[in-house]
Amino acid sequence: MAANEKFDYLLRLGDSTLILSQRLAEWCGRAPALEEDIALANVALDLIGQARLWLACAAEVEGEGRTEDQLAFLRDAHDFRNLLLVEQPNGNYADTIVRQFFFDAWQYPLLQALTASSDQRIAGIAAKAVKEVAYHLRRSGDLVIRMGDGTAESHDKTQAAADKLWMYTGEMFERDGVDEAMAAQGVTGNAGALRETWLAHVREVFAGATLIVPAPDAWMQTGGRRGRHTENLGYILAEMQFLQRAYPGAQW
Amino acid sequence: MSKEWPLWEVFIRSQHGLAHKHVGSVHAPDGEMAMNNARDVYTRRNEGVSIWVVKAADITASSPGDKGPLFEPANSKVYRHPTFFPMPEEVKNL
Repeated sequence: MAANEKFDYLLRLGDSTLILSQRLAEWCGRAPALEEDIALANVALDLIGQARLWLACAAEVEGEGRTEDQLAFLRDAHDFRNLLLVEQPNGNYADTIVRQFFFDAWQYPLLQALTASSDQRIAGIAAKAVKEVAYHLRRSGDLVIRMGDGTAESHDKTQAAADKLWMYTGEMFERDGVDEAMAAQGVTGNAGALRETWLAHVREVFAGATLIVPAPDAWMQTGGRRGRHTENLGYILAEMQFLQRAYPGAQW
Repeated sequence: MSKEWPLWEVFIRSQHGLAHKHVGSVHAPDGEMAMNNARDVYTRRNEGVSIWVVKAADITASSPGDKGPLFEPANSKVYRHPTFFPMPEEVKNL
């Protein structure tokens, strides 16, 4: 039973990075400036690297002989455990950057806590990933400030993005049986004040960006971490998994 | 005012002890973002330990048309090169 909870916990970590990476890759060749294009692709590559490590770890914990690739390409939407936030459409550039900032500001303190995990492998992956995410967060926070405090148009679009995505942020701080079990085993390290840390960071950046932070006690969407997704995920998987579905076992 | 971001020239120091070397350019609205962009565009394969960015407009460059007056007078003055001294075998790396 304990193994199953750890498997679920690792899937949540891996699936969120995997799906966000796939979303960012959709920008490749289309970003508003060449420099932004390369920067987004860099972040996407960092995230896919992290997803591989989490999913390989999950496959090992599961012990059913599945590989990271099988987990990524041969599961259906209801078996994915990613946050609803990361499957939201790219929209305009403000939508993408605000989504990224909400995610980075959550992932950074989470990974910091996980570096103290009782599970050495999880602590190791977190220690490697936290350096990448420190840069992601610096970059996405910087862009939120620039767009929020930019022109009237960029301000309005950034505020609209924040208002639209806000209801998907509550899920990041939910705790269910899986989280409780992982906390009890010391796997999650000390992630207790995650929500306060996240909110403080969002408030600080939004103040610099002249944006209004939506109400923290607003109604929040939920379900991604338990496999109940928005319709977006099906479309993402259709594209991401096409090759392995059409040509099972195909390799480079 | 132009809607394009200004151009920045990027210099990277590849390892300790070597000088910064010009590697290319990026567009960015200010130095901080030019630095981020340079990091993303030019250090993806572990190339650097230090980055300089300089506004391209702030660089004063010699004109290709001045090549003659600037550089040709040096051509015929071989005595400016220290190549006429016999060197002892034991002295290396000079």
